Amino acid sequence: MYDMKALYEAESVENAVALRLEHPEAQIIAGGSDVLVQMREGKRAGKELISIYGLNKLRGVSIDADENIRIGSLSSFSHITRDPIIQKYIGVLGEAVDMVGGPQIRNIGTIGGNTCNGVTSADSASTLHAWEAIVELTGKNGVRRLPIKEFYIKAGQVDIRVEDGELQTAILIPKASYENCYGYYIKYAMRNAMDIATLGCSVNVRLSADKKTIERARIAYGVAGPVPMRCPSAEAAAKDKPLTLETAEEFSLAVLNDIHARDSWRASKAFREHIAVEMAKRCLIESIKRAGGVLE
Amino acid sequence: MSQYKLVRFNLNGKDVEKMVDVRASLTDMLRNDYHMTSVKKGCEVGECGACNVIIDGEAFNSCIYLAVWAEGKHIRTLESLLGPSGELSDIQQAFIEETAVQCGFCTPGFIMTAVEILETGKLYSDDELRKLLSGHLCRCTGYENIFRAVKKTMYRRLGKEIDF
Repeated sequence: MYDMKALYEAESVENAVALRLEHPEAQIIAGGSDVLVQMREGKRAGKELISIYGLNKLRGVSIDADENIRIGSLSSFSHITRDPIIQKYIGVLGEAVDMVGGPQIRNIGTIGGNTCNGVTSADSASTLHAWEAIVELTGKNGVRRLPIKEFYIKAGQVDIRVEDGELQTAILIPKASYENCYGYYIKYAMRNAMDIATLGCSVNVRLSADKKTIERARIAYGVAGPVPMRCPSAEAAAKDKPLTLETAEEFSLAVLNDIHARDSWRASKAFREHIAVEMAKRCLIESIKRAGGVLE
Repeated sequence: MSQYKLVRFNLNGKDVEKMVDVRASLTDMLRNDYHMTSVKKGCEVGECGACNVIIDGEAFNSCIYLAVWAEGKHIRTLESLLGPSGELSDIQQAFIEETAVQCGFCTPGFIMTAVEILETGKLYSDDELRKLLSGHLCRCTGYENIFRAVKKTMYRRLGKEIDF
């Protein structure tokens, strides 16, 4: 038995918004792999829950009328990994979420829950930042969309307006972001399964038409700061540069201007900075290869 | 104040329904209301896989799954593998042959994940198989034998020579 005060099961998105307005203290539960564990630990004990697990409308990946990739917030990690649209346009996201927890966790864990937690170590978060995802929230005033960078406010806090009854309903990847774009993600952790990233790095590139230079490189880290972050200096260092090892090295060293690694029991600052540089380099090289470029 | 809800679902091929306390986990309901004692209470935080069951064809840790979410689902536990006269299924037999059972606590969970793996009908590499089995802990640390039992059954079902 879980120590919960009450459970409200939403029957539709509109009903979930209404329940949220009616019970502002209640916690939304999607897959529950974080909420129920926290409740078991006593952190959320005695709270009311609003379950949105039954809202099948929020599951699945599609391409919408504006050619955005639309990922329903309740899509599980394993479904995202297996989805043909994801595999075709943003394979790196499927690979990144395939590193979350273990197989059963990936069957229950949702991308909406992973991002709404506001945790910097979430395996989906760095890739969603690197691909400039748009978060869709639905509340009493309708739909609000905002860039994922603005969605993350601080560690454990995201921009969801409880007073407006909001819940996250989708994550969108705009066409300008995914077209001709290829990426790679590295999770650095102590174990291969059931572990949280010490550092996560997601890079993607779009090459010039002749595949000789980098038209656009984007990089984001998880666990390099309190929220996932992009690295503008590194991205600038790679822009319009030839596909050489030198470019990869300049790009990777530039990340040190952007990240704020810290000492913690998981790893020291010096170690984090060391692996951050190495991961950036490896991710860039692999992204270039996937984009059909040849490193000179 | 207790809150109850009628939950109707299909358990091991049979339609069932019961009033359930909304605070119950699926593990609680399967063990206490339906006596499915193959569903073990291990860590109860989704890390050890001892409570693993198959819901609509996918493996889930039932300890972090609300009982009320079972509504309308098809749920399978280890009990469903037993034949009409109590015969063991091929995967259970392989666990015995490979001495993959020591204390036995993790076994039902492992076997239900193996069922999910085997039902895909695919031939997985050793690395893929290890990753697919990585959501289970065996405190007797008999992982190699468990791995061999699953691999052996996968090869047998596909009619291929076993290649350890």
